[in-house]
Amino acid sequence: MAFLELKNVSKGFGRTAVLQDINLSLERGEFVAIVGYSGAGKTTLISLIAGLIQPDTGTLTLNDLEITEPGPDRGVVFQNYSLLPWLSVYENIFLAVDQVFPNWTPAKKQQHVAKYVDLVSLTPARDKKPGELSGGMRQRVSVARALAMEPQILLLDEPLSALDALTRATLQDEIERIWEQDKRTVVLITNDVDEGILLADRIIPLSAGPNATLGPSFKVDLARPRNRKAINHEPRYKEIRRDVIDYLLGAGGKKHTALTKKLILPDLQPEDLSLPRTLNGSPRRPVRRQELKQETVEVDV
Amino acid sequence: MKKFKLDWLVLPLIGIGVVLLLWQISAATWAKELPSPLKTWQVSRPYLAEPFAKRGEMDQGILRFSWYSLILVAKGYALALLIGTPIGFLLGLSKTFAKIFDPIIQILRPVSPLAWLPLGLVLFVGAGRQASELGALFTIAVCSMWPTVLNTSVGVRAIPQDYLNVAKVLKLSRRKTLFKVLIPATLPYMFTGFRLSLGIAWLVIVAAEMLTGRPGVGGFLWQEYNALIYEHIILCIITIGVIGFILDRLMSVVERRFKTA
Repeated sequence: MAFLELKNVSKGFGRTAVLQDINLSLERGEFVAIVGYSGAGKTTLISLIAGLIQPDTGTLTLNDLEITEPGPDRGVVFQNYSLLPWLSVYENIFLAVDQVFPNWTPAKKQQHVAKYVDLVSLTPARDKKPGELSGGMRQRVSVARALAMEPQILLLDEPLSALDALTRATLQDEIERIWEQDKRTVVLITNDVDEGILLADRIIPLSAGPNATLGPSFKVDLARPRNRKAINHEPRYKEIRRDVIDYLLGAGGKKHTALTKKLILPDLQPEDLSLPRTLNGSPRRPVRRQELKQETVEVDV
Repeated sequence: MKKFKLDWLVLPLIGIGVVLLLWQISAATWAKELPSPLKTWQVSRPYLAEPFAKRGEMDQGILRFSWYSLILVAKGYALALLIGTPIGFLLGLSKTFAKIFDPIIQILRPVSPLAWLPLGLVLFVGAGRQASELGALFTIAVCSMWPTVLNTSVGVRAIPQDYLNVAKVLKLSRRKTLFKVLIPATLPYMFTGFRLSLGIAWLVIVAAEMLTGRPGVGGFLWQEYNALIYEHIILCIITIGVIGFILDRLMSVVERRFKTA
C-alpha cells in the first residue's frame, strides 16, 4: 500500500478547474519531484496535500488516513518562507517543536531546536530576526522548522525559486545532504527540471493549466550522492532531462488555441517636402490611411 | 535647501518668531483685547516659575494643573484601549460581527466630545460628587476609542495568509494563535491606533474639564476666561500644545519599536 496516495483529485477555483484527475502514489522514503509550468497549479497541489484546502473530488490519504486538515505530520516549506518576523530563528523553530512535542522537557526541546539550527548551519544567526537574514538563510530556517517537526512527509513548495542561482545550488546540495541523513519522504515542487533530477528519485511533470494533470513519472536512476558537475556529463541524465522536457513541451504543454485578432495597421506616407509651405498646409500633410486586417494566431497556453 | 550648522534649531525658531510677530501686530492693531506676547509672559510668570505651587483650588502652577489633566487622560485612555482593542480584534476576525457593528461605529465615531459629555454626566448622576470625573472618563474613553478599534480591525484583516498557514500547519490552539501570531502581527497597526487615540484623548480632556469645571489645564483656561485674565488662556493653549506634542513624540518612539519587518 502506498504511503501517500492521491486518487482522482480535482480542484477548481470559481469556474476554472485548476487540477484535474491527479493520481499519485508515493512509497515511504521516496523523494519525488513534481515539475511544471508556473501557474499550472503546483502550489494548489501542495496545499491539497498539506490539507490547507480541500479537493472538489477525489481522495488524498497519508498512511491510509484521509487528509482533511493540516497537521504537523506533514512539514511544509512554503515558497515565501512564511517565518514569523517577530520571532528569532531559534524561536521560529522552537514554536514548531513546542507545538509538536508538548511532552518533552524544556531541555530536550532546546537541544532538539539547536540540533536543527545546526543542521542548516545557522547556529551563528540563531538569535537574529528573519528580517536580518538573506533569502537563502530564511529558506534554511524554514527547512529547519519543517524538519524539526519530524514530519512523516516533507512538502517543499518551490523552496528555492526565489533565490539566486548560486544560493540555490548550495541549498540544493544541502537538501540532498539532509535527505541522505534521514531518508524522509519528500514531495518537491519545482519549475526547474535540473533541480528535480539532481534531488529526486522520480520526476513527475505536471501539464500546463488549466485542467493540469500529472504526466507519466520518470525514474531518476542515477547513483547517489549526485555531483552536480559530474552529472551533467552522464548520458542517462541527459536522457531523463530530454524526456521530461519533451513531455512538458509536447504532450503536456500542447494546449493550442487559435486567437483571432483585429489588427489596425497604421500606414504612413512620407511628407512631400518639395511642395511649398502654405498656411492651410493641405498639400504637405502626410497622407494617412488605416488598414484593418484580421489575423489568426496559434498560441500556446 | 542648503543645510547649515544648527539649522534644526534656527529654522524652527524663525517659525516661532514669525508667529510671535503676527501675534504682536494683531494685539497692537485689530484685536485690542488680545494680550501682547510680553504681557502674557509677565502675567504668566508666577505659574511658570512655580509650576507645582498650590495657592487655591483653581489657582495652581501650570504643571500641577497639567498633571491633574494627564491623570484623568491616562485613566480614560487606558479604558479606551481596554475596550477598543478587543472590539477591534472581533471586528477584524469575524465578518458577521463587522457587518453587525460597523454601521453603528461609523455613526458614533464622528460625534463630538461636547455631545458625549452631558450624556456621561447623566449616566453617572447617581455617583454624586464622582459624577463629573466618571462623566469625563466616559467621554474620553468613548471619543478616543475609535482609532484603536478601526486600526486594530484593519491590522487583523491585513495579516498575511502565510502567517495563518503557519498557525494551521502547526495546529496551534486558538489561544496560541492569538498570542503568538495574531497579536504580534497586528501590533504595528494597533500602535498607530493607540497613538491617534492618545491625541484625541488629550483633545477631549480640555472640553471635558471646561464643561465640568474640574481643576486641570482646561478647567483653568475656562475659569481665567470668565475672570477676564486672557493672558492665562494663551498660557494654557501653549501648555496644552506642548504637552500634546510631547505625548505624540513619546508614542511615536514606542510605535517605532514595535514596527516589525
